[in-house]
Amino acid sequence: MTSIGTGYDQVVSTYSPDGRVFQVEYASKAVDNGGTAVAIRTKDGVVIAVEKIVPTSSSGWVPDVKALATIAADEAWDYQERYRVPIPPKILTERVSMYVQAYTLYPSVRPFGASPIIAGMDGDEPFLSLIETSGAYFGYWGCATGKARQLAKTELEKLDFATLSTRDALKEAARM
Amino acid sequence: MSGLKQGEVNLGTTIMAVKFDKGVVLGADSRTTTGSYIANRVTDKLTQVHDRIFCCRSGSAADTQAIADIVQYHMQLYAVQHDEWPPVETAAALFQQMCYQYKNQLMAGIIVAGVDKKNGPAVYDIPLGGSLIKEDFAIGGSGSSYIYGYSVSLAMTRDGSSGGVVRLAVITEEGVERIFVPGDKLPEQYLG
Repeated sequence: MTSIGTGYDQVVSTYSPDGRVFQVEYASKAVDNGGTAVAIRTKDGVVIAVEKIVPTSSSGWVPDVKALATIAADEAWDYQERYRVPIPPKILTERVSMYVQAYTLYPSVRPFGASPIIAGMDGDEPFLSLIETSGAYFGYWGCATGKARQLAKTELEKLDFATLSTRDALKEAARM
Repeated sequence: MSGLKQGEVNLGTTIMAVKFDKGVVLGADSRTTTGSYIANRVTDKLTQVHDRIFCCRSGSAADTQAIADIVQYHMQLYAVQHDEWPPVETAAALFQQMCYQYKNQLMAGIIVAGVDKKNGPAVYDIPLGGSLIKEDFAIGGSGSSYIYGYSVSLAMTRDGSSGGVVRLAVITEEGVERIFVPGDKLPEQYLG
């Protein structure tokens, strides 16, 4: 940890001289230590699997996950009230990511120790995305976070998402 | 409830919209009045809020123009944010929210009609109280009692607050066709 002792990791609104924001990276570490979550997108659906989360210490990430889930639910509700149609997962991802990113800008807050996976159907198109602690988000066919993510990613790489059925994806996710 | 203010411009109107398998047809007369004076005899009461969504306006000209402008703004914003044309349902919902929220200040009876990719053609009626009704066809305005079972031209003959020309819009997925029927080319509704 070259960052320790330099002082550049104390506040989220300060860059290190080589252009990194250490607090955001520490938030990722919090996520990496959390319960594992795996998600798979197939041609006609999406499945999510999570390890049962047992909050063993006072590490901040379980409340962060709950806070972000509430924010996502509120955004979805507001959208539906305004436009009278369910929020497309792409738009939800965009809105939650804006929120996550805003928490990397101010010295009075810390970034979320959570990486939300957003899965859903956009019309008849399956959708899967993962928001990183920086607020950056990407779409995926298969993604994993938490302690056992490496193991899960290795398994994900063996799958052929274009031909995989949603039911088989469910079995695969459960196996991981 | 608000009536018309002194000198307010009114759309004593006949409007209608009908759904067919591939799209919708909207129709309106062209008369705008201030009391008994015809302020505009060639008004366009069919207002475009997005590429494939129109509304027919009846009631206060000022109120309905203001609402249509606001909804048009929201439709543009939706299209940019979603990279996709807005559903007719969403346009109708926005009209309804405004009409209901400000029902005591407004006099607006609006028909929203159009085509979208997900649900195809659709017609929504938002009458005075701000309710929202999805229908296969809708009629509105002071002249609408004359077109239960008939057409805009009949209403224009019988209703003193409707008249002028007939404006039509045919909206399908392929495009929008505007049709103009001059007053002297309308079918005659009486003999002698």
